[in-house]
Amino acid sequence: MMSLAFDPATDFKLLLAVPAIPLVGYVLQIFLRKRLPHGDKLLTLGMFVVMCLTVYLGAKGLHAAYAGERFFHHSSEAGLEFGWLYSTGTVPAAQNLVMGVLYDPLGAAMLAVVGIVSFCVHLFSIGYVHGDKRYSIFFANISLFTFAMLGLVLADNLLVLFIFWELMGAMSYLLIGHFSHDPGQPFFHRWATWACKKAFLTTRVGDVLLFVGIFILWDKFHTLRFTELWAAAKETVAANGGEFPTWLTWAGLCVFGGTVGKSAQFPLHIWLPDAMAGPTPVSAMIHAATMVAAGVFLLGRMYPLLSPTVLSVVTVVGATTALFAATIGTTCYDLKAVLAYSTISQLGFMVAAVGLGGVVAGMFHMTTHAFFKACLFLSAGSVIHGCHHVQDMRLMGGLRKKMPITFACMLICTLAIAGVPYFAGFFSKDEVIKAGFLKILDRRTFDGWSLYALLALSLAAALTAFYMFRLIFLTFYGEYRGNQKQHRFSAMLAAEGVEGPDPNEHAAHDDHGAAHGAHDDHGHAHAQDHGHAHGDEHGHAAHGHAAHGHAAHGHAAHGHAAHGHAKHAPAPKVAHVVHAEKHDEHGGHAEHHAHEPHESPLVMTVALMILGLLGIFGGHFWLTEPQNVFNAHPWFEKLVTPTTLYGEEIASWCAPEPVGEAAVEHFEHLEHAAHLDALIVSSIVAGTGILLAILFYLVWPGIPGRIVAFLGQAYTAVRRKYYIDELVDATVLKLTWKLTYFQKWIDENVIDGLVKTVGALNKFLGVFAALFDKIVIDGAVNAVALASQVFGAAFRLVQTGRIQQYAAFAVGGAVLTAAWLILA
Amino acid sequence: MGLGAYVAVSGALFALGLIAILVRRNVIYILMGIEMILNAANINFVAFNRFGSMKLDGQMFAIFTIILAAAEAAVALAIVLNVFYLFDSIKPSEADLLRE
Repeated sequence: MMSLAFDPATDFKLLLAVPAIPLVGYVLQIFLRKRLPHGDKLLTLGMFVVMCLTVYLGAKGLHAAYAGERFFHHSSEAGLEFGWLYSTGTVPAAQNLVMGVLYDPLGAAMLAVVGIVSFCVHLFSIGYVHGDKRYSIFFANISLFTFAMLGLVLADNLLVLFIFWELMGAMSYLLIGHFSHDPGQPFFHRWATWACKKAFLTTRVGDVLLFVGIFILWDKFHTLRFTELWAAAKETVAANGGEFPTWLTWAGLCVFGGTVGKSAQFPLHIWLPDAMAGPTPVSAMIHAATMVAAGVFLLGRMYPLLSPTVLSVVTVVGATTALFAATIGTTCYDLKAVLAYSTISQLGFMVAAVGLGGVVAGMFHMTTHAFFKACLFLSAGSVIHGCHHVQDMRLMGGLRKKMPITFACMLICTLAIAGVPYFAGFFSKDEVIKAGFLKILDRRTFDGWSLYALLALSLAAALTAFYMFRLIFLTFYGEYRGNQKQHRFSAMLAAEGVEGPDPNEHAAHDDHGAAHGAHDDHGHAHAQDHGHAHGDEHGHAAHGHAAHGHAAHGHAAHGHAAHGHAKHAPAPKVAHVVHAEKHDEHGGHAEHHAHEPHESPLVMTVALMILGLLGIFGGHFWLTEPQNVFNAHPWFEKLVTPTTLYGEEIASWCAPEPVGEAAVEHFEHLEHAAHLDALIVSSIVAGTGILLAILFYLVWPGIPGRIVAFLGQAYTAVRRKYYIDELVDATVLKLTWKLTYFQKWIDENVIDGLVKTVGALNKFLGVFAALFDKIVIDGAVNAVALASQVFGAAFRLVQTGRIQQYAAFAVGGAVLTAAWLILA
Repeated sequence: MGLGAYVAVSGALFALGLIAILVRRNVIYILMGIEMILNAANINFVAFNRFGSMKLDGQMFAIFTIILAAAEAAVALAIVLNVFYLFDSIKPSEADLLRE
């Protein structure tokens, strides 16, 4: 019988096995490829073992938490430490870097989340990626990614974390670019090729900042181990009279820079929507549940080192991201794009929570979000799979009856993300908003940034509920609108709803040597005008009518959208559209109806169901008062508190609890008020958002079109994602291109000139070398040859071949020898 | 008669044999010269044994030499026969392939 008490000797071996299993799986799969029979199932089985191990080890953490013990283990307890950059010579021992495994409450929770999500994604991928020609490589890469994520969670110091951080970045690059070698994917092929580059380079900006932060910390503290960093920060601040030194603030900002890049915060969020070019399981795992959460995880790990200034920046960036991504989410038509912006928005919630001092709330939201967002993405994958790789919601509708399991799972997780009570997201989002209220209600901690953050987060929460239900209604309600198969691409590209590039646009920009132009629908953006946005929205409204049975309207809408596209599309595409319309006139529909949407296979829906269950119970299983959900104490807050995270000493410094009876009473009063306020606000905003979505998309489908017409340019701006991609193009990328041309000029003139000068000099020196060769070296060789010739000619005379002459020589020699012997 | 006489005869025989080898234009004479040199050596063996303090060592060597001479003559004549077949002559000046 296995005990739930943590035993360092055996449990650290299990912990090392957790990342080792996917690593071994990767090595096997990448070297054996298709020679490994059932490699996919083997890796999924391995992930199942990983999931069981992580959950088992996480249960030990919960067990300890409920027993009131501190659950904080380092592998040095079991004698497992790995010296690295280790020198016994001239370097002082304090400057050696020793790696180990840190297993604390946050790590335990995160590890279990990663284990569960990874298993579900592996399982789902068996069905989803099936038939892809890079199937085995996909599984290998996703396994290595899992290894990196598990390693990151277990890292006990910043440098090891950074190594796994970068490995995840590389795997993200490979997996986003999964389709880039597959011209059979007409829409994704080109998009994936540059989306992976964009993701890699954009996150690199944050990674460089993080690395600079690591340098600063190493330079000042000579340690990178988290526990030692926390203590060192506390000492430094104490020595500085209670103030954070400026360099520590800068270090904190640099570390936060890493979070901004990895967790897609404004203004480095631009890579995440494009990361949707990867297969949907990849989006679910890397770009929703795990990798992007790593930035928030890093904030949780580094929280004691963040000065008040840094926390203000974190708050503002997080809240801004949450709000602005949520507004964009309301305008997208691509199923995955809505979820991508939703992810950015939710990550903003987590980051803002940390900034507001609610580090536990942020981490809690990170765990619950991992479950329901993974489920949402996988459900979206199931829908896309069922609709034969259609992603535009305008071409869906009415899928509720055709894909009941997917619908149920997606609805559950939508309720969770919208913050409906009893679902996982409710508890965590409530905690985030509560952290904001706690900061504002207390006069000593009140500041304008926090007020701004609270307002932005509340609004974002309402918008979240709105756009998620918009997604549900567009996708699963009404009537199926995806029958016009020919219109699929033209309609998608025509509408701004295109969350990918037109391949032709891309090529055109390539000619200019400016691949950056191939952003999203940039080509369209340039040709974009006010009227076009209108046309599109009307088209959408017409879809709504179609849902009521006016099929002709639906067709007209498609035609209209396609026509809008034709305005700036290359000629061949126009012909294509016209052909399609003719076809429709003749009633030649039969072949277009051949592919009806269908429910996904069991292997995919099982993964959905696991995550769907966690979407319900992920927030509050193990409730202390299950009968009263509003006063419930979520498991996460039992497991993770500032004290269990950082130790009593550090926690009392960076997240102080009130001391003294009056203060405690005041604090409890405050907390109660904040809790109540948060409950009221989050319930109201969720209710409002859902209600609005019902009104707009079920009751009066004409409203969105009218609102869009009313908003005009403002709508277009949101639809175009606030022109941030364009801004980046016009500033950073243009500057980069200029710089590149300048470098080319330098290359051609300065470097080439230098090289040519050196060449000429060499040529000049070569003349001397040649002379030396000719006279000295050649002369010596010729002299030897001549000497041989002369001697040869002399000795040839003796060689007559006559025996008697030889005998005469022998006798002569003998006589001479004898004479010499006698005379001497 | 002392040792000197024997050595003188032996020396004369050796000189005659050597001259035969060096100057004769017929291979048979050269072979005869070789036999003379070998016999000069035999005289020396026997003479020195007779005037030295050994038992019969010199005589034994002389007998060996005679046997050796017989074998040598057989081989040498075979070579001569082959040289004749090859060059149509037994003049040593014409068989000069050793030059090659």
